[in-house]
Amino acid sequence: MTSPFLTARRLDKTFMLHAQGGQALPVMRGLELSLSPGECLVLAGRSGIGKSTLLKMVNGNYRVSGGQLTLHFEDGELELSALPAHAWHLLRRDVIGYVSQFLRVVPRVSAREVVMEPLLARGCDVSEARTRAEALLARLNLPERLWELAPGTFSGGEQQRVNIARGFIAEHPLLLLDEPTASLDAANREVVVQLIEEAKARGTAMLGIFHDEEVRERVADRLLELEGHMLLGGTDADRTASDQTSFRQTDSGESLS
Amino acid sequence: MKRPQLERPALLEARAIQRLYGPGKGCEEIDFTLHQGEVLGIVGESGSGKSTLLRVLSGLEAPDRGQVVYHAGEAGSVGGSPGKDEALDLYAISEARRRALLRMEWGLVHQNPRDGLRLGVSAGANVGERLMALGQRHYGELRAAGQDWMGRVELDPARIDDAPQTFSGGMQQRLQIARTLVTQPRLVFMDEPTGGLDVSVQARLLDMLRTLTRELGLSVILVTHDLAVARLLAHRLMVMRRGRVVEAGLTDQILDDPQHPYTQLLVSSVLTP
Repeated sequence: MTSPFLTARRLDKTFMLHAQGGQALPVMRGLELSLSPGECLVLAGRSGIGKSTLLKMVNGNYRVSGGQLTLHFEDGELELSALPAHAWHLLRRDVIGYVSQFLRVVPRVSAREVVMEPLLARGCDVSEARTRAEALLARLNLPERLWELAPGTFSGGEQQRVNIARGFIAEHPLLLLDEPTASLDAANREVVVQLIEEAKARGTAMLGIFHDEEVRERVADRLLELEGHMLLGGTDADRTASDQTSFRQTDSGESLS
Repeated sequence: MKRPQLERPALLEARAIQRLYGPGKGCEEIDFTLHQGEVLGIVGESGSGKSTLLRVLSGLEAPDRGQVVYHAGEAGSVGGSPGKDEALDLYAISEARRRALLRMEWGLVHQNPRDGLRLGVSAGANVGERLMALGQRHYGELRAAGQDWMGRVELDPARIDDAPQTFSGGMQQRLQIARTLVTQPRLVFMDEPTGGLDVSVQARLLDMLRTLTRELGLSVILVTHDLAVARLLAHRLMVMRRGRVVEAGLTDQILDDPQHPYTQLLVSSVLTP
């Protein structure tokens, strides 16, 4: 058993709803997890229990309300719940990658560039980034005529494949996967399963949500049962939280990195 | 894997800045540090004090209280000894030195390009002027730099001899950006750089700004009322209301999980097309 790379201890999340007289909405209580390099831990629980909430906390989009969320490096720990704001973009550039269901489309930026960006942000050579981006897009069966176009007009499945390529290209040591296969056909689901297996082989730690049972069976090393820790079960917790908090819910954003 | 190096040297510090024209008008109790390579967005509605703050930070208007501290680094030209970090109190140094700093190490992009350009002289001269201020005199090199930068901001280099008066608003804004960035400043201030432009032109400008910021490793302080622009460009945000910062943090966190009542209201009031 290798030592864990990511751990959560007594993790809490509460939304404070100022539009509703300062009402507190607790959504997560006392969550514990441990994730090792080369392991894929899949979040289990009823649909809508709030699985994305955990991914968004690890990615920094949601603030941690209580408990610890910790990355363990060879030479020490890094406590994410106390990380200063200016450190996050570097952490996302080098350590934490996020594949969300939806692509944040930037006007005028071509699919190829969207995929190249995480490498360019690290100062990678343009021609190398280009070669690797094109190889991934080809693997994910995105027609070559689309590479030059901005993905704004692509179908859901095409956008998702661009997003997957962007998520996997930089080989982050920790990958958060929020239903990466949601709108893909069987052939492309198979490619994603292979990408996940290759990532495991090079030691990537992955925390994921997969509704597709077959994919889940194949990629999951362990399941993390959220039942009992999520307090908004029954309905779509994410949507409920968003409705009640009445601020705009977006998929994980990647700002300029 | 080793712990990544997540700290960058400080570039600009605001220490307890206050500049008030009246109660709640202007800005007060402003404290923050901008690190090298960071893009910091200052968001808020009109009258929130964000433009006043930008003027104070960029050396245009002295604060009533507090300090703006600039860490003159390896460039060292204005800061004194090269290779040594020297903290300069912006309003304690001489006027001449402050101007030199603005000319040589900083850049300012105005909302209205007419405030940042000289409309009567050619596009090429507008770009070359800041280089000449740094001592470049070779005509051919200045012209080549002008053409190169017009290309980088997607202006037709063949129009290098045309006056900006003959350009559209979006073209003027791109020319202003070229003029500002040609000297490779360490720190750039932008005041609503996409304001007043057509949406299609905005998109082009945003894309350009993202790319240039990444390629040149710029540190930027960006004032905008547009949260979508902030999400695209800024690593970190400060939300201002009535002259004060009500919330500051990672851009995604401010927009997805706002804590302050005013930020929640601001974020929930945006239309998502």
